[in-house]
Amino acid sequence: MAKVLMKGCEAIGEAAIRAGCRNFFGYPITPQTEVPEYLAKRFPEVGGIFVQAESEVAAINMLYGGAGVGKRVLTTSSSPGISLMAEGVSYIAACHLPIVLVNIVRAGPGLGGILPAQSDYLQATKGHGHGDYKLLVLAPSSVQEAVDLIYEAFDLADQYLTPVMVMGDGMIGQMMEPVEFPEMRDLGSLPSKSWAATGARGRKPNIINSLYLKEEACNANSWKLKEKYDEIVKKEKRSEAYACDDGELDVLMVAYGTMARICKTAADEVRREDKKKIGVFRPISLWPYPYEALAAEARKAKRILVVEMSTGQMVEDVQLAVLGSKPIDFYGETGGVVPSPDDVAAKLRE
Amino acid sequence: MKKIFGYPESLTPSHTHYCPGCTHGTIHRLVAESLDELGVRERTVGIAPVGCSVLAYNYFNCDMFEAAHGRAPAVATGAKRCRPDLVLFTYQGDGDLASIGTAEIIHAANRGEKITVIFVNNAIYGMTGGQMAPTTMPGQVTTTCPFGRNTEHEGHPIRVVEMINTLETPAFLARVSSHTPLHVIEAKKAIREAFRLQVEGVCFSMVEVLSICPTNWGLTTAESNKWLEETMMPYYPLGVLKRPAVDRAPDPMAIALPEGV
Amino acid sequence: MQTEVIMSGFGGQGLMMIGKLLAYAGLEEGKCVTWLPSYGPEMRGGTANCTVVVGDKPVGSPLITSPKAAVVMNQPSLEKFAPMLRKDGLLVVNSSMIPIKSDREDIRSFRIKANDVAAELGNRRSANLVMLGAYLGLDEVVSHETLLKAIDKSFEAKKQFLEGNRKAFMQGYERAKAGQSDE
Repeated sequence: MAKVLMKGCEAIGEAAIRAGCRNFFGYPITPQTEVPEYLAKRFPEVGGIFVQAESEVAAINMLYGGAGVGKRVLTTSSSPGISLMAEGVSYIAACHLPIVLVNIVRAGPGLGGILPAQSDYLQATKGHGHGDYKLLVLAPSSVQEAVDLIYEAFDLADQYLTPVMVMGDGMIGQMMEPVEFPEMRDLGSLPSKSWAATGARGRKPNIINSLYLKEEACNANSWKLKEKYDEIVKKEKRSEAYACDDGELDVLMVAYGTMARICKTAADEVRREDKKKIGVFRPISLWPYPYEALAAEARKAKRILVVEMSTGQMVEDVQLAVLGSKPIDFYGETGGVVPSPDDVAAKLRE
Repeated sequence: MKKIFGYPESLTPSHTHYCPGCTHGTIHRLVAESLDELGVRERTVGIAPVGCSVLAYNYFNCDMFEAAHGRAPAVATGAKRCRPDLVLFTYQGDGDLASIGTAEIIHAANRGEKITVIFVNNAIYGMTGGQMAPTTMPGQVTTTCPFGRNTEHEGHPIRVVEMINTLETPAFLARVSSHTPLHVIEAKKAIREAFRLQVEGVCFSMVEVLSICPTNWGLTTAESNKWLEETMMPYYPLGVLKRPAVDRAPDPMAIALPEGV
Repeated sequence: MQTEVIMSGFGGQGLMMIGKLLAYAGLEEGKCVTWLPSYGPEMRGGTANCTVVVGDKPVGSPLITSPKAAVVMNQPSLEKFAPMLRKDGLLVVNSSMIPIKSDREDIRSFRIKANDVAAELGNRRSANLVMLGAYLGLDEVVSHETLLKAIDKSFEAKKQFLEGNRKAFMQGYERAKAGQSDE
């Protein structure tokens, strides 16, 4: 298929359709409203169902219903909306239901601003809603990668029966880039879901539930989740190392999403102008975090510079990967202030 | 020997956890009988709330969800939109539906979701032990309005079906009671009609069922029935508030209460 | 080779659209492109801008703070972006609406009365295409033929505007090629 030029948000909508998703529930919020707008227009062509919910709270519970009856379901939102969804996602995770959730992150806390930020890292990777659950979190750094990860997210959600979040920042959502779409999934080829609540015909009722009044049962469900998360940690870590393959590095930068692209440009510039060796490590899965891969690259570096559009939410994970073996500096701006390649280059020269 | 009375197929043969005198069990039965009579048990999915009927998924013999507090109509919306061939019902109390879940019920009704909502109004929070509900009567004592509901501070009780009746979207809206056998017969008609309209794909349907809570009201069952009749019923009038025109012979079993009370 | 251009003006002047046309044309020529808008409560009025990057290699940062070129259609845009231009950068100015000049001497400036040119052609709303044409006349990052194709494609559904926009684009392009900058 030929490449088309498309806005990130619209490409995300199309990728979900390609992945076999025909059900979207969501609520408008900048900077991701183009996803619901795109699907509201496009879904009728492919027999999809679009519902504009009354709130993010309702939207995520509609996903609970849709996933519970066995369908591939999607919602997209941005930071404050994702906070509102936390309760519902906790239920969905506890019930072992597959959903795909997109956060096009904007600046926070509070109402914050509508410009790009990466200040929902801790929320996404450490503790979104209540209870012992995890989100599988994937962070694209281009529109093409957003498409590929959305396409895959539905399979991962079905495979592990768990919510999967694709987390991009406002730039990913608003930017246009050439993109090539994967082929349309045949709906008949999607995994069958015998656990779904589709009517108790010739079988005992299926119950989608996360209430366990007996402590042993509640304990057991949390450990069942943990077992699944251990498996995800073992198999689903993803990362990219950029310009890390020529001996000792003066600086290894660690950044994800669009920030990683800005870092790559800065790395190229400083390599060219200062003859310094600069590499960039980019986690693609934010949870599970690619600790080992980062540790391997960090061994080559004199020092590490973490760059984020936040006040340093990922730094602890980098510390965990490196375990004190290298000095770690941080550079970040947030609130919609996006560090430019020149800003990052200046930090590299310090 | 001929069996003349037993569990409906849509109920599991279990002992419920409900308090003596509570009418949840009765209302469960009315739902189950309706599903049996319409022959839809095997394609029905119910949504249990948070509240006294949180464990309803153990009592209905059909596929069930347990929803977050107040969100059952959103869960039912998602399920029904994804699988329009299924019959969806929510079973919610007054804290769940009329307090934390107001947005979800109003918008599900307004979108005309083809779901059936059974709304049990006993004017109090039961499961958490007798706190004030949006439906608590003026002057009624609860643990969080220990001097009686003061309408200056807490506002007036919400008449939910009347509120939903202001929406333009076609719907079947009725209020019934469950405190005497005669009222139970009428309640059954309303619930059955509500499900029938969903099965025929006609409209959103909702039945509010007045219920007693002897435990948290601090009254005997007989006193509770009297209180419901004297205090609640004048404020929450029974009847069909809205019924869409349906192009078919009238259901001989249809609820015969006066229209638009 | 990579070129970055910021296109800026009032919301409603059609800056986003000419940025997209440039990006489409870049894609058409098999180049790597990004188009990044400023977004926010500035759909009408306010200043709106977009950044287009066209290059031979995958684009790193889509966000550019020292661009090679800026196409400015109102005064606030000139005031904002002229100081950010790279040394030897190119500034294309809509002199119908911008009486002032940048005081930078290390950049190339080209001034064109885009609104007047558009009005003369009988289509006031195509001033943005005049500006795009002028920019391409000075720095042909994609060939103007490819860009005309992008215009054809974009106005497929609104054929009544197609000819006017093509003309506006070519007017800007030819005047810039001829070096007819206003003083």
